[in-house]
Amino acid sequence: MTWFVDDTWIVIIGALTAIACALPGCFLVLRQMSMMGDAISHAVLPGLAIAFLVTGERASFTMFIGAAVVGVLTAVFTQWISSLGKVDRGASMGIVFTTLFALGLLLIVQAADHVDLDPGCVLYGAIEMTTLDVAWEFQLGETWIEVPRAAMVLGSVALFNLIIVVAFFKELKISAFDPELATTQGINANFMHYLLMTQVAVTTVAAFEVVGSIIVIAMLVTPAATAHLLTDRLGLMLLLSAIIGALAAGLGHLLAIVIPPLIGFDGTTTSGMMAVTTGLLFVLAWLFAPRYGWISRLVSRKDVKSPFSGPLPSD
Amino acid sequence: MKTKSYNSAKTLPADDHSPQAPLSIHDLTVAYHRKPVLWDIDLDIPEGKLVGIVGPNGAGKSTLIKACLDLIPTASGLVQVYGQPYKKQRAMVGYVPQRESVDWDFPVSALDVVTMGLYRDIGWFKTVRKKHKEIARSALDRVGIAHLADRQISQLSGGQQQRVFLARALAQDATLYFMDEPFAAVDAATERAIVTLLKDLKNQGKTTLVVHHDLATVSQYFDWVILLNMRVVAAGPTEEVFTAENLHRTYGGKLTLLAEAGHALSQIKRP
Repeated sequence: MTWFVDDTWIVIIGALTAIACALPGCFLVLRQMSMMGDAISHAVLPGLAIAFLVTGERASFTMFIGAAVVGVLTAVFTQWISSLGKVDRGASMGIVFTTLFALGLLLIVQAADHVDLDPGCVLYGAIEMTTLDVAWEFQLGETWIEVPRAAMVLGSVALFNLIIVVAFFKELKISAFDPELATTQGINANFMHYLLMTQVAVTTVAAFEVVGSIIVIAMLVTPAATAHLLTDRLGLMLLLSAIIGALAAGLGHLLAIVIPPLIGFDGTTTSGMMAVTTGLLFVLAWLFAPRYGWISRLVSRKDVKSPFSGPLPSD
Repeated sequence: MKTKSYNSAKTLPADDHSPQAPLSIHDLTVAYHRKPVLWDIDLDIPEGKLVGIVGPNGAGKSTLIKACLDLIPTASGLVQVYGQPYKKQRAMVGYVPQRESVDWDFPVSALDVVTMGLYRDIGWFKTVRKKHKEIARSALDRVGIAHLADRQISQLSGGQQQRVFLARALAQDATLYFMDEPFAAVDAATERAIVTLLKDLKNQGKTTLVVHHDLATVSQYFDWVILLNMRVVAAGPTEEVFTAENLHRTYGGKLTLLAEAGHALSQIKRP
């Protein structure tokens, strides 16, 4: 196995994607609306396509804004449809995002006749190719460092999400735990909801364009759910989810290089492998988590009468 | 029980409503999908009372509280807290929601949850400080579970969880409290602790409205009662309002509940 500078960059880009996703992802998981990330990441497609058709270029700022707006609209439409009654939240989400996604596909196929916009590439992404697009070079000692554009974009998004989570930590926490209490405390829970949806949309679009959507869907939910198994503190959960996501990115790329030759294949997609690794890490946590893991529950059930872990409540 | 004291400069002309009442509800109507849930509610709650809100399932008891707190849209009506719209008086109003309304697996400790009652005081972009944690801890102490402050909330019993919610409202140091079924599914010790707490609040001159299900304890716990079934059937001092006739009008033909009501009435000591 040989490790190139490009491999380091791929891991960095993957890790930045993971961190950018994990922060809003924790709140999605805690609000029990994990599928919203999935929905938004699909629904941004028509936004990308329309902005692309209007401006005629990929990777423009217009494209970014257009897609982010459609992403937030997904949340708005879902809310509207379910507030009519008769259609539950899951169903309205399904209606909105499949419709928007299909519309996006139609538009992309139309656009692809004229220009190079490959639906497959948009979906699965090509994190391996991101290092070719260098945005910034600088000299460090003897060596030139070539920073890929993807690293800049995802680094900015990760930073944006970090600032939001730090600045609105209390407000995000209370709105996720008890939106009604938040409202009585003068914190507009609706505003916080759409702030979170905006974060998810911006993250999804940025990642969509540079690394594809599979990795985003994996990184939004799985590291957050893994972290939730490991801790009872929200701050620590946020930190752990970022670390777990970054770890999955590193391990995923390593496995993508090492495993295929062992079983006689040429190579596999790094994005896919990173996503699979998040799942593997989740399984490990599910089995071995100190308090909520399967094994520790099995053990504690023997010596505690309560079906719940931890000491028996007493009055 | 209307205290006519129009001595404030900020008095609003609102018929015969007393502008300084802790809670004054005027012609409130709430509808879900065009079906009315609360109809033409008119109420003045006098200061310092411990008020029970009683009525059958679906009578709109929780809806009444949520409408007062601006948590749900209202079709019409006016709610005033000490003569001002609720939005201006949020700091004076504490809320204890139903226990099932939140996810108890959320990664927060009991102390964290109580501290949430102080977020309005703490303000945007500021962090929770030591003094806030001290207020929260003493609120937990008042409900008798200060020793559980650092425990994750799913590891508390139902009664302890209810006490956490009460402590959160206490930490806020409001003058008007809304409590949505605080007695639902709690152990006897917690029930006693809540009753003591309610009496404390009353002794401090605070006004508390409590949605209550157990008719047998109404006359024992509350000095004022609102009998609700979409409309206000009757409201006033318990001994005047909590009568067989009013309960019959509130619960209608619901026989099992009527039996319960009969049992409740038999417990009232009549002169």
